[in-house]
Amino acid sequence: MVQILEKQQPTSPIIQLNEQSTVMESKGFNLWYGEHHALKDINLAMNENEVTAIIGPSGCGKSTYIKALNRMVELVPIVRTNGEVNYRGRNIFEKGYEVEELRTKVGMVFQKPNPFPKSIYDNIAYGPRIHGIKNKKILDEIVEKSLCGAAIWDEVKDRLNQNAYGLSGGQQQRICIARCLAIEPDVILMDEPTSALDPISTLKVEELVQEMKENYSIVIVTHNMQQAARISDKTAFFLNGEVIEFDQTDTIFSTPSDQRTEDYISGRFG
Amino acid sequence: MVRERFEHDLITVQQDLMELCDKSVDALELSFKAFLNKDIDLALTVIDMDSQINHLEEAINDRVILLLAKQQPVATDLRRLIVVIKAASDMERVGDYAVNIAKDTIRIGKDPFVTSIEPIEEMFHKTVSMLRHIIEAFIEENTVKAKEIAELDDQVDALYGSTISHLMKLNVSNEHVAQITNLSFICRYVERCADHATNIAEHLFYLVKGKHYELNN
Ligand SMILES: Nc1ncnc2c1ncn2[C@@H]1O[C@H](COP(=O)(O)OP(=O)(O)OP(=O)(O)O)[C@@H](O)[C@H]1O
Ligand SMILES: [Mg+2]
Repeated sequence: MVQILEKQQPTSPIIQLNEQSTVMESKGFNLWYGEHHALKDINLAMNENEVTAIIGPSGCGKSTYIKALNRMVELVPIVRTNGEVNYRGRNIFEKGYEVEELRTKVGMVFQKPNPFPKSIYDNIAYGPRIHGIKNKKILDEIVEKSLCGAAIWDEVKDRLNQNAYGLSGGQQQRICIARCLAIEPDVILMDEPTSALDPISTLKVEELVQEMKENYSIVIVTHNMQQAARISDKTAFFLNGEVIEFDQTDTIFSTPSDQRTEDYISGRFG
Repeated sequence: MVRERFEHDLITVQQDLMELCDKSVDALELSFKAFLNKDIDLALTVIDMDSQINHLEEAINDRVILLLAKQQPVATDLRRLIVVIKAASDMERVGDYAVNIAKDTIRIGKDPFVTSIEPIEEMFHKTVSMLRHIIEAFIEENTVKAKEIAELDDQVDALYGSTISHLMKLNVSNEHVAQITNLSFICRYVERCADHATNIAEHLFYLVKGKHYELNN
């Protein structure tokens, strides 16, 4: 008799020391732009010290979702929401939630590098100053630490007083990441942070994201499937405002369970 | 439908694999014919054919590597290319066994067989049928058919066991020991070819299910 035996998976040698804890989570979250139901019943949990990638075709709601995570999406007046988005256990949409406080904890990096038309130093010191830090020595430290954290210190340390506009696109993006780090966030949201960058700068930012997850939790929207595969721990596939599949990135890119996910990651639509 | 280029290249590489299979199994059949008829010239021809088979396998590997580099396939597409490389390697091995059988045929020379070779012939026919059908199943991605074919391996294994023990029990004079050894080796080569057919069935299961299966134990 021949039997089909599924080979026993060897037990993983990697010991998970502590269970990952959830930092942000949406539960039954819906969002409308006027009549348009742009996010439908989104249930996703993002873990601490992990990179969560959001992929999906244009218009599926990736940016809308990521902007909901720090309530930036409310800047659009016609937006309505229901359901929950919890940050460290508290629903950020509940009445009286301190949005300003939220945005210092949940920072954002945009698609196009958008430094202020100021010196490199002032770009980074901007946030801390708003938060009342005036001591030059402390500011110096924050600037250096943030620029180091964004892997750009060596490239700019001798020209901190020059205008950030004089930097290359890839450098500007890392300045924006440093600016985000300077306010010591907990979660960093990135919406296609490398789509305006050349391949080398892209790889630098990817490396940086990998390093940053030691200290932060990261949610990244990307159109670059290989990028999601390379840098994320979990991947969510969005389609028409719904989450079709959410799983370990390794699973999504090897044996996704939904045919639509497979078609999308294999480049068969989108 | 996007990715037409990829689909097209995939079909080309599958066609190359079919060609490699045909050539390898043809070589196997010719070498066995040479063995049955004690046809040394034919055995030499089989040995000559091997370099073509090797080149075909290399060409398949090169093509797949280019496709991987340029198209960066994932999930099923990626497995589809990886299993092509694996199946090509199995088929190239079949070509090597054809050469081994041809070499033993030359060693046996014109001496009459010291025992009936019918059981070896039976093993051989089952093996060739497995090889020819498995590649069809592979291209069709038909796991049901592949499983049926893999199941035949048990019959080949049983025949192998009984044939070898028969050969070992033969009471022959010293001058025939060499031929018994050659016949045993030929049996072994045929049995290994059937194992490669089973391997290909397993690759197909991996392709379709994304998990490793053992079809024969
Ligand atoms: N300010 C807005 N007002 C009205 N509708 C909007 C607004 N912003 C986005 N939408 C709609 O919501 C849906 C989701 O848009 P969103 O920008 O989140 O998509 P996306 O997945 O980020 O797409 P892309 O990959 O092109 O950036 C789209 O149908 C879009 O037209
Ligand atoms: Mg977007």
